[in-house]
Amino acid sequence: MQLWNRYFLASSVDETLELLLQYDGQARIIAGGTDLLIEMREGHRPPQPVLVDITAIPALTTIEQDNDQIILGACVTHARITHSTALQKRATCLVESCGVVGGPQVRNVGTIGGNVAHALPAGDGTTSLVALDAEAEVVIDGERHWRPILELFQGPGVSLLDSTRDLLVRFRFQAHQPHEGSAFDRIMRPQGVALPILGCAVWVRLNADNSHYEAARICIAPVGPTPRRITAVENMLAGCPATEDTLEAAVALAQEVIKPRTSKYRATAPYRSEMVAVLLRRALPAAVERAKTTMPVTSQ
Amino acid sequence: MTPITLTVNQKQVELDVPESRTLAELLRLDLGLTGTKIGCEEAECGICTVLVDGVPVDSCVYPAFRAQGREITTIEGLAPGNNLHPLQSSFIDHGAVQCGFCTPGLIMTSAALIDTNPNPTDQDIKTALKDTFCRCTGYTSVIQAIKSAAAEMRGEAPFPVQLPAVEEPERIVGHSVAPYGVRDKVTGAARFTDDYNFPHMLYARTLRSTYPHARVLRIDTSAARALDGVQAVLTHEDIPGENLHGLVRRDWPVLCGDVVRYTGDAVAVVAATTPEVAAAALDLIQVDYDLLPVVSDPEYARSPEAPDIHPAGNLLKHIKVRHGDVEQGFAEADVVVEREYRTPIIEHAFLEPECAIAVPAGVADHDKLTVYVGSQIPYQDREQIALALDMPADTVRVRGTLIGGGFGGKEDIAGQIHVALLARVTGHPVKMLYTRQESLVFHPKRHATIIRIKTGAKKDGHLVAVQAELYGDAGAYASLSDKVMTRATTHATGPYVVPHAKIDCYAMYTNNPPSGAFRGFGVTQSAFAVEQNMDILAGELGLDPVKFRRMNAQQVGATTATGQVLRESVGLIETIDDVRRDMQPENGDFRWAWREGNAAYGWGFASAYKNTGLGGGAPDRAEAEVEVFDDGSVEVRTSSADMGQGLAHVLAQCVAEELMLPYERVKVLLSDTDLTPDGGPTTASRQTFMSGNAARLAAIALREAFTRQAAEIMDVPPNELRYEEGLLRYNGQQVELGQLVGRMKQHGVSPRARYEYWAPETKPLGTGGDMHFAFSYATQAALVKVDLETGEVYVLKLISSTDVGRAINPLSLKGQIEGGIVMALGNCLTEAFIVEDGIPWTTALARYKIPSIKHVPEMITHLVEHRVNSGPYGAKGVGEIPSIATTPAICNAVYHATGVRIYSIPIDQDALLLALKRNQTEVHTAWPDVK
Repeated sequence: MQLWNRYFLASSVDETLELLLQYDGQARIIAGGTDLLIEMREGHRPPQPVLVDITAIPALTTIEQDNDQIILGACVTHARITHSTALQKRATCLVESCGVVGGPQVRNVGTIGGNVAHALPAGDGTTSLVALDAEAEVVIDGERHWRPILELFQGPGVSLLDSTRDLLVRFRFQAHQPHEGSAFDRIMRPQGVALPILGCAVWVRLNADNSHYEAARICIAPVGPTPRRITAVENMLAGCPATEDTLEAAVALAQEVIKPRTSKYRATAPYRSEMVAVLLRRALPAAVERAKTTMPVTSQ
Repeated sequence: MTPITLTVNQKQVELDVPESRTLAELLRLDLGLTGTKIGCEEAECGICTVLVDGVPVDSCVYPAFRAQGREITTIEGLAPGNNLHPLQSSFIDHGAVQCGFCTPGLIMTSAALIDTNPNPTDQDIKTALKDTFCRCTGYTSVIQAIKSAAAEMRGEAPFPVQLPAVEEPERIVGHSVAPYGVRDKVTGAARFTDDYNFPHMLYARTLRSTYPHARVLRIDTSAARALDGVQAVLTHEDIPGENLHGLVRRDWPVLCGDVVRYTGDAVAVVAATTPEVAAAALDLIQVDYDLLPVVSDPEYARSPEAPDIHPAGNLLKHIKVRHGDVEQGFAEADVVVEREYRTPIIEHAFLEPECAIAVPAGVADHDKLTVYVGSQIPYQDREQIALALDMPADTVRVRGTLIGGGFGGKEDIAGQIHVALLARVTGHPVKMLYTRQESLVFHPKRHATIIRIKTGAKKDGHLVAVQAELYGDAGAYASLSDKVMTRATTHATGPYVVPHAKIDCYAMYTNNPPSGAFRGFGVTQSAFAVEQNMDILAGELGLDPVKFRRMNAQQVGATTATGQVLRESVGLIETIDDVRRDMQPENGDFRWAWREGNAAYGWGFASAYKNTGLGGGAPDRAEAEVEVFDDGSVEVRTSSADMGQGLAHVLAQCVAEELMLPYERVKVLLSDTDLTPDGGPTTASRQTFMSGNAARLAAIALREAFTRQAAEIMDVPPNELRYEEGLLRYNGQQVELGQLVGRMKQHGVSPRARYEYWAPETKPLGTGGDMHFAFSYATQAALVKVDLETGEVYVLKLISSTDVGRAINPLSLKGQIEGGIVMALGNCLTEAFIVEDGIPWTTALARYKIPSIKHVPEMITHLVEHRVNSGPYGAKGVGEIPSIATTPAICNAVYHATGVRIYSIPIDQDALLLALKRNQTEVHTAWPDVK
């Protein structure tokens, strides 16, 4: 079946924006396309007259580390994120989450920006970017802005960005510093669609002797129509000793504040609630252990 | 059309193609590189994998114009010239190729892996090939082949091929010769139906029903006919002959005119100049329906309030087994166990979607209407095409192409009749390729069942009675339901001696997709129930599950529940002993279950049996022809199908054996109704036995003729002639087979022999006597790990032993067993085709997970060879038996590990975990019940 008529391989952001303007709603951005094309083929989206491919734009495909900050082009593939030694040390949860997306064929093509723009409530890469408190640089109405990543999510599959007019350019977030670490884990089922029953990304900062949490960011998804942080648990952790008791208190609080729902052919609410505990017990200690060994950026 | 430049297999190519092309389309359609196959167009199956700048991608969702300026490598370019890449030769050597449709994708993904990781571990391979599917091999041989090729590429010795032990091989039979035509399958040269193209060919699509049950009031095709590029639009009114087809019962409309009975029902077909125009035309056909109430459940279908789906009602067949006196049996029982089990609809998910091409008489060198199709039953295809077109059967030719997996799902008519109709109307060749999504919705599946089974035993452990009631969801049309559910019924005692049995099965029409043949043919379902009841009984009796089975196992002299006395070839006890032996740890005592941290481990055990051949009184015959040519080469011909299971090499081995020739000298021609005699359907694990016998006996007849001729030439007594590698010798004299051909022709003797083999007679169910002429037996043990935090089930090890009568080709036999086991792993753990009130939810491969390489356990495979006198060299069927015991073995293992019994599959980790948390010991829901 013919899914599109014209296909442009854009070489710059400006060219992309010009094409979108020129086709006035008829042209749509395609990054990796591993979600988009399949949704079109399955009839969940109509065929698109024009596709503008942004994967060959140099500015969108770089991974940069500028001292404490990492800047990630929207069209960096999951495979490149997974293989990046810088990200393995400085954005561990993102590497772990991108490493479990699809198989190699999909990871070689699918991009982190595509994952975010698709606006699923539990995109693996997305979950980690939320825990990393990333910001996204977007072009909306021709204007470039940095936006907190959560602002991009308006509903399940609904993004702030209109892919026929707007562009997601890149992400930025703090690289892990000493006493900081992160982890991602998820629970799948071997049947049905390859969406996680539950995914969990955790970022922590410990105090100088690694005995206490100074700060934490936790994203567990899907627990609502859009990804969100579990701030009650984050706030609880700050200042607490990094012990088993604190972990169990965090688990208890998480199970109290998170009310997952049953979704057909994926998971029941009670099962998901059990998985909240399982994932926190797996991811939080992993992040803490990593935080203890993170080296200063300059010593790399 | 827009210019594009890229490098393909080291050659720069410049093309002018539509911008809408995917890379897979560009390779296949514009460059003719058909080695890259398309399996799903959803980035699920991975078999379209090619390398872009050295990196594997799914070419079916890769826009061609993204590849502008890049370097593409396909299977055709993996090795220079006629050489084979080490992966290609290793896949052949280690038996990692069966149907061959997924082979290019597996090899390309593996090539990319080895390129970045020259020494991959099993885990590395499982990570890299996670999304590259194979439905035939079970992946074990694939892992071995990759590791071996990697070793070779590192300059080390390749791995030895892991062959199962066999008894006394013959000269050729019993040896693992390379499968016939396997080289083409690893180079991409092998052609499946969609790889054929003809001049001025049109592309066809089918309009299917929107509703599961409705009256068709009006079909308006005028707008579709008016669309530019449309050459024909046909409805039920355009069928010159019989508008019903069906293998057992003709109840399935070629094109529906009055009523549609499931959402896959065909209402109209279109032929157009491009597939896109054909698809667009479908949207222009207007059909008015009057909705009818939907029957979506077989128990409801039998209730008086259910509306009738067919004029004769919803009961397709009530099947009865009556043996002894079941009342008396249960009166004698000390322990009785009664349980209810449920199994879902299961999809074959062969990786090649259905495709058929018809070429009209007089076009492109075809002297008659010819249909190209990968079919399991070419002669019945021909008959059904001829019937619908109202043509004499011999004016239609069916030419079988390679088949990218069948497993029972390519027995019924798919597009064969439609393309024949369209070709005749348009005068053009017409190709109808189903999309994966259409294939899922359309073709017959494995029956969903509800099985209530009551088993009684005495204190000493002897079984006394079985009573069972089965409901089978036959779906909208009969297909092979009658036969499939009969097999479920007659095998519902398990492979045991049960003196009293009363089993009733109701095969019910519903508005779900039709059910039909699927590897295991009903026995897969009943074994799930039987073998768990056996374990429950053993538990209640305080007996070891293995000893309990062994005590009741069928042996020579036993009588089955259908009254058949087993006179030979009952290797069940050996299979039990083989498997039990391998369960024993090297150190310490055997334990059925143990725990380590948050993991529960458990072993599960199950046995099974399965008939070879049609049985039940059906006349079972196969014909084969063997011809010797002047150059001393030989050809064996039969219409039987090789869908990857390896029939072609079985036939060649039989013929080479009997004519005392090198295996390489035998060619095989299959599945051509003009050139090959009728081998009957490739179903019921019957072809090694049936066509194998026909080929062997034809070869013997020919050998005798050659011996007589040579004896005359050399003037020696025929019994003193010796055959040696294509020569006949006597005391220093010799003559070549090829020379004899000329002599025979001069004397008007044909250098060919045809043999019509008739299987030993069988009797219908209910008459007593032999319902089947042979049974295969298997025992399997599964070691599972259950994650007690998540409920996830992992199969770590699977030990099997299979009584195959005789191993004709041990390596391919092992591959078939491993493949059958992994397919059954899917049946137990990952698969269910979900239909909601007659509307399939499973409309994409992304919603139907078949096992991937990451699910594959360590496998230990034993063969038992209790020969069947009438089988070729003692062989009996093996196609289905490996898939039967796996599911109950895994469920029994989960029970041992956790104390929770699974009554419904696929096992739902969600329900299993919640049962554990709530201290419940039974799970009656499965994944589709999560709502």
